[in-house]
Amino acid sequence: MRIGTLKTDYAADEALFDTRLQKLLILLACAAAVLFPFVASPYWLFLACLCAINVASATGLNILTGYTGLVSLGQAAFMSVGAYAVAVLEIHAGTPFLLNLLIGGLLTALVGIGVGIPSLRVKGLYLAIATIAASVVLHFVFAHWPLTGGMQGLSMPPARLFGLALDQPFQLYWLILPVTGLMVLGAANLFRTRVGRAFIAIRDRDISAEVLGIPLLRYKLMSFAVSSFYAGLAGGLWAYFFRVVTPESFPLVNSIFYLAAIIVGGMGTILGGILGAVFMTMVPELLKFVAGLVTPFYPDALALLAPVRTIVFGALIVGFLIFEPHGLAEIWRRIRRFFHLWPFRT
Amino acid sequence: MTDWLFLTEVFLAGLGSGALYAVTGVAFVLIYKATRVVNLAIGEILMLGGYAFFGAAAGWHLPAWVALPVAILAGALVGAVVERGLIRPMLGESPISVFMVTIGLGSILAGFVQIVWGADPLRLPEFLPSAPIFIGEAYVAPKVAYGFLAAMVVVTAFVLGLRFSRGGVALKATAADQAAAYSVGIDVPRVFSLSWIVACGVAAGAGVLVGAIGGISPTMGVFGLSVLVVVIVGGLDSMAGALVGGLFIGVVEAFAGTFLGGEYRFLVTFSILILILMVRPYGLFGTHEIERL
Amino acid sequence: MRGPPVTEAARDVILDVEGVSLAFGGVRALTDVSFSVRRGSITAVIGPNGAGKTSLFNTISGFYRPRSGNIAFDGRSLAGTAPPERARLGLARTFQNIALFRGMTVLDNIKLGRHAHMRTGLLDALVYRGRARREELELRAEIEERIIDFLEIQHIRNAPVATLPYGLRKRVELARALVMRPRLLMLDEPVAGMNREETEDMARFILDVKEEWDVTILMVEHDMGMVMDISDHVVVLNFGQVIAEGGPAAVQADPAVVAAYLGAGDLGRRLSGPEAA
Repeated sequence: MRIGTLKTDYAADEALFDTRLQKLLILLACAAAVLFPFVASPYWLFLACLCAINVASATGLNILTGYTGLVSLGQAAFMSVGAYAVAVLEIHAGTPFLLNLLIGGLLTALVGIGVGIPSLRVKGLYLAIATIAASVVLHFVFAHWPLTGGMQGLSMPPARLFGLALDQPFQLYWLILPVTGLMVLGAANLFRTRVGRAFIAIRDRDISAEVLGIPLLRYKLMSFAVSSFYAGLAGGLWAYFFRVVTPESFPLVNSIFYLAAIIVGGMGTILGGILGAVFMTMVPELLKFVAGLVTPFYPDALALLAPVRTIVFGALIVGFLIFEPHGLAEIWRRIRRFFHLWPFRT
Repeated sequence: MTDWLFLTEVFLAGLGSGALYAVTGVAFVLIYKATRVVNLAIGEILMLGGYAFFGAAAGWHLPAWVALPVAILAGALVGAVVERGLIRPMLGESPISVFMVTIGLGSILAGFVQIVWGADPLRLPEFLPSAPIFIGEAYVAPKVAYGFLAAMVVVTAFVLGLRFSRGGVALKATAADQAAAYSVGIDVPRVFSLSWIVACGVAAGAGVLVGAIGGISPTMGVFGLSVLVVVIVGGLDSMAGALVGGLFIGVVEAFAGTFLGGEYRFLVTFSILILILMVRPYGLFGTHEIERL
Repeated sequence: MRGPPVTEAARDVILDVEGVSLAFGGVRALTDVSFSVRRGSITAVIGPNGAGKTSLFNTISGFYRPRSGNIAFDGRSLAGTAPPERARLGLARTFQNIALFRGMTVLDNIKLGRHAHMRTGLLDALVYRGRARREELELRAEIEERIIDFLEIQHIRNAPVATLPYGLRKRVELARALVMRPRLLMLDEPVAGMNREETEDMARFILDVKEEWDVTILMVEHDMGMVMDISDHVVVLNFGQVIAEGGPAAVQADPAVVAAYLGAGDLGRRLSGPEAA
């Protein structure tokens, strides 16, 4: 039951976590995150890192598509920019990994702004298609540029911290999780300020947004910039994690994955980006597990894993769009609302 | 000394593939005109047609002249089911959501085909006459030529039918204003269903032709991306545009593929897309959408 | 570009519309429309449906570029000024069909009105602690104390606007327009679709705004009772042209106005009484 939530100043009312219980839960979650790598197997550590990278990218896409309403099928391509930037810097420049990540993110932001420039003239579906075109062009560039290793791609050394190579999931966890956490926090902060409000206004009714004083092109480009920065950062983390970047690392279907993640999670909510990314990352693992269970009875199960995953993927998109368009976040909100009043009946 | 013969052959080959783009584009436009849905799964429905033909001809050993209608019917059936089950519930939702539904649909179809028939590319049983065809001195692959003929017949039928038949008028009325069409007695839900049924049937038929030329595989759906470029160039709601756009893109791709290399095909196509979006986003023949303040 | 105002009377005018003509292809929406809005007044624009009132508002807002003529706000010409810039200069507006942002709460919608006058940038926003937080809290305090109390919407401040009834939504839109620190507030049919009680509430709010906030009001309205009650000055449009201008009583009796609303035939003459004959 939600009681004792009286606020006595505006600062308390505007806070991100406004009840005692929420603050406690967040603290527990942080503690769990810190303890996790010491108790988890390498498989689960790997999954946790992958989930975090996907959360970072999905959050970025959510800013652009969920909050600003600019549908993009280019998130994977933007990640590839960050990944390649990081790989090239690590191989040729030997600069510290944090700097590489930052440069990768900024470079991707620039590319994002470039892709976003037509967004004033080109709207809605047409913009989505334009982002597909941008993906194709970027893929082509990376597959034919000697600097990015052409079709072979690049193989890169691990990140180094004071001489220690970060090449195990256990070590990379301590890089990936905090970075992702900061990115999610940044996104949440964004929507407590006028910048975030402007994004939502552009999504809901861009003409009125203009009348209220929001310069459309500037803010649309800002949205592309932030979202691409996030993608670039996620791509960079991905590169340090897998240490091999090829033109096939970030195919168009990955962009669909991230779009599906925010649809399933809940577009336009920070929690939605997190839930959706984690859910979509875990679904293939769940399917793998089920396939393993079924194999004794049906030996071909593992071979069918890939197409079954594709079907489940498509079915999730369709199912959530038709039955729960506000995603898992909405389901979560319903559960919370129930407990707000419990034990009283709703 | 330019080899005109060679250029002509490339051009004709381009027209051939362009006709297939055109007929698939016409199917796309039909769906868009009637229901305002950008159906990105058109490539996967095309693929389904190819596989249905394979299943009927190679699997059930039906003769080609039976397998072809079976494939078309399979496509039509899928169209009916999709329209009723996936598109109807999304009536009133944002066009982006519906667009995403078609993307999900595409995934489902691709996965289904892979489960039933495996991931490897397959060849369709031969059913077209294989005598080489010459236009003047230029050689045209027979499959391409027959594909061209079939596609052009269908496209012409559509363009004429749209103009002169009652169904065409009903379609145009629904496209212009659904409520007004309803109020003059046009059965709008029927227009929706029929348009999806016919369009998917046509796409499936085109899939048989495409499969006959290049074989079938679960990744055939990327054909749909090229068709997307075709309809954007031509105008999302223009059948004439799909025809012109299809032939144009077909020829451009043929030349790009021949002179620049296979990987450049996609790049060139999408560069044209970007250009059109910047210069004339509604395409060559599309209707300009006006935003009401 | 016009020069700065020189005469006493000119300084008195906050909005000067001069010879504005607007056409969409063959449709002439506005033809040589001229009128002035005096600072601190409530000016109403009335006219039958299709007279061009919303087109006029859209032109003043900056969405349509007039084919000819000039609009001057506070002495400076608005030609070439984009809508976001006009908002910054102090031109606020509500919409006929309510243009609230459905994805946000009432409070967020209202806060958005202050956008043009805030200084939080992207980096500030991502970090939040520091400048962004300070600006947000200041804004919140100001909105609560000046606007939410004033418009009596305390009980819905955290409600998503999509759940609100029509009348409250109009009030929230007014609140958002007020937060813009407007010098000229344009209201497009502020009491459309409201019952008597709601209309009276809204009329009271509008009068309060004029008095307490030092804002000039330009409104389009069909409710003649309300227009005649609270307006200082009335401009009448018909078929895109100004057919009468003046105080409410004068305009009401003007035969051209009567003809426009009631028709120039027998019925019109009979209904409007002996003065119109």
